[in-house]
Amino acid sequence: MEAAQNFMELSKQVVGFIYPNEIDIQWSILIVVYPYITGLVAGAFILASLVKVFNVKELQPTYRLAMLTALAFLLIAPLPLQLHLGRPERSYEMFITPNLSSAMAMFGFVYLWYLMLVLLLEIWFEYRRDMIVWSSESTGLKKWVLKFLSLFSTDISEKAVAFDKKTVKIITIIGIPSAFLLHGYVGFIFGSIKANPWWSSVMMPVAFLFSAIVSGIAMVMLLYMIMVPLRGGKIDMKCLDKVASFLFYVVIVDFSIEVLDFIHRLYESEESIKILSQLVTTKLFMSLVVLQILMGMLLPLGLMVVIKVFRLQEEVRKLLYFVCGLLIQLGIFSTRWNVVIGGQLFSKSFRGLTTYKMELMGIEGFLVALALLIIPFVILSILIKLLPPWKKEELAGVE
Amino acid sequence: MDRRDFLKHFCWVISSGGVLGGGSADAWARMLNKTYDTTKHYYGMGIDIDKCIGCGRCMEACKTENDVPAVPYYFRTWVERYVIKTDRTVSVNTINMESDEPGDVLVEKDVLRSFFVPKLCNQCDHPPCVQVCPVGATFKTDDGVILVDSKRCIGCRYCIQACPYGARYLHPETRVADKCTFCYHRLVKGLLPVCVEVCPKQARVFGDMKSIASPLGRFTRMNKIHVLKPSLNTDPKVYYANLDGEVN
Repeated sequence: MEAAQNFMELSKQVVGFIYPNEIDIQWSILIVVYPYITGLVAGAFILASLVKVFNVKELQPTYRLAMLTALAFLLIAPLPLQLHLGRPERSYEMFITPNLSSAMAMFGFVYLWYLMLVLLLEIWFEYRRDMIVWSSESTGLKKWVLKFLSLFSTDISEKAVAFDKKTVKIITIIGIPSAFLLHGYVGFIFGSIKANPWWSSVMMPVAFLFSAIVSGIAMVMLLYMIMVPLRGGKIDMKCLDKVASFLFYVVIVDFSIEVLDFIHRLYESEESIKILSQLVTTKLFMSLVVLQILMGMLLPLGLMVVIKVFRLQEEVRKLLYFVCGLLIQLGIFSTRWNVVIGGQLFSKSFRGLTTYKMELMGIEGFLVALALLIIPFVILSILIKLLPPWKKEELAGVE
Repeated sequence: MDRRDFLKHFCWVISSGGVLGGGSADAWARMLNKTYDTTKHYYGMGIDIDKCIGCGRCMEACKTENDVPAVPYYFRTWVERYVIKTDRTVSVNTINMESDEPGDVLVEKDVLRSFFVPKLCNQCDHPPCVQVCPVGATFKTDDGVILVDSKRCIGCRYCIQACPYGARYLHPETRVADKCTFCYHRLVKGLLPVCVEVCPKQARVFGDMKSIASPLGRFTRMNKIHVLKPSLNTDPKVYYANLDGEVN
């Protein structure tokens, strides 16, 4: 009875014809959260790699923060996937009997590779010397936690530290393609579905990758602007300007890719164009045109042009950077929404549109999604406490 | 073999790791019928659009035979009604799906042509659902049928996304993907899929593509044949005769 009522309600929202089984939206808000989170991981890592591999010295103050941010989000990344499974208790099968032709089956391996061999290893080598020093300076539980985290190593000789530095660089070099793999592969999961013209595009992994870099850099910028004053430090404007400058260029690349994709679709005007136009102008108008393009991309782009053209004062710049960072997060989250949810709102018969009604409470509902977005910040605050990204003299602005 | 034995055997097949690779499908069939040889068959279905009268008996029979949830939206097979009006607009709906909306009241002179299209899993020869399943829970049998191992499926729903035909759904009770099996449990006993059996107009024809003399062999010889969404290169094994170009 309840099912029938539910159906009646849903069928009222359907425009045109959909295949009967399409009444359910299969991938919910949790699957929106997942690529958003992995995107932040990949983006934050790319920012960190600018310091270590490309020797952009100005960005040094963001390096450790970026690594810790990447780790905090990566730890949560599998959770939305796990929670959305129909049979979560069987998820281990993906490791035991992976189907090698399935992009999704590679998730566990890509994830573990990235977590274990890139992030954890790099952070360990980066912090090894400091952890030894800090543990000798602290007492009680913290001493032992740091001792444990440093895996009880004790060598802080110059030779050992030089080895650490070299290793960090090598891992970063391996890490860049790995970060590309992590998020490009998420794009491939969608881009390789030929049944779905909204998803099926060779540009999808590339678009995912650049939007990931955009969101990751913007997130680290925001966190840097919040965390440094919170820890009693002074924001290094040289660093902030440089981060914003990289952000600006990546946003331009990302925007170009999306415009290219849009023009290409419009010009080729394939069978699906009518239903996709209808989708964009009705169900996705708010999230795609207003939130993603106007507010999440063009507005911050415009603001950054203003900052670049007019030599604004430090305080104004800071404020505008902060607003840009927030708008970009909003925009990239909308991007994920428009891909994941948007791709399911039209019928594969190309004759109708359906609707997604987000639950509030349920396991695939709004509150769980919100919790999944908050937990990484909690993890990050613990990580920052345990492994401070900045030394006291750095915070004071002394080189 | 009753349901209980079936499941027992089934668990055994899985635990012996037989599901990966081609041997598994054979094991599945032999479990249902020891004398059945999967390599001797390759199944397909023919559907003659001109014969379907939209009675919906196939839909009903399928739901009963296969424990498809008794709600008006999950289907392993369904029938679409196409009406192409003189102004060339097309309206489509699924028959027997009750809706609050008043149906189209059509005047004969406004209708250019109208017909019913029975739909089901196309049992593609290149099935995108099998390609994307992360755990190999959905697979192709040696005799050409796409099945879902409900004991292995993790309910990720990637296969539902990958199916171009909307033939799959997540079963609300088992929380795993479900779809038409050509009534595989009947096939191995030499019976026809139930939708074919109940069709009063013989609009559905079932048969073995390996046998030229089978009803399907005759159907594909006597008709011009079309499949759904051929551009996607899925090679469907559900063959339509007299299919209208509007259908997708």
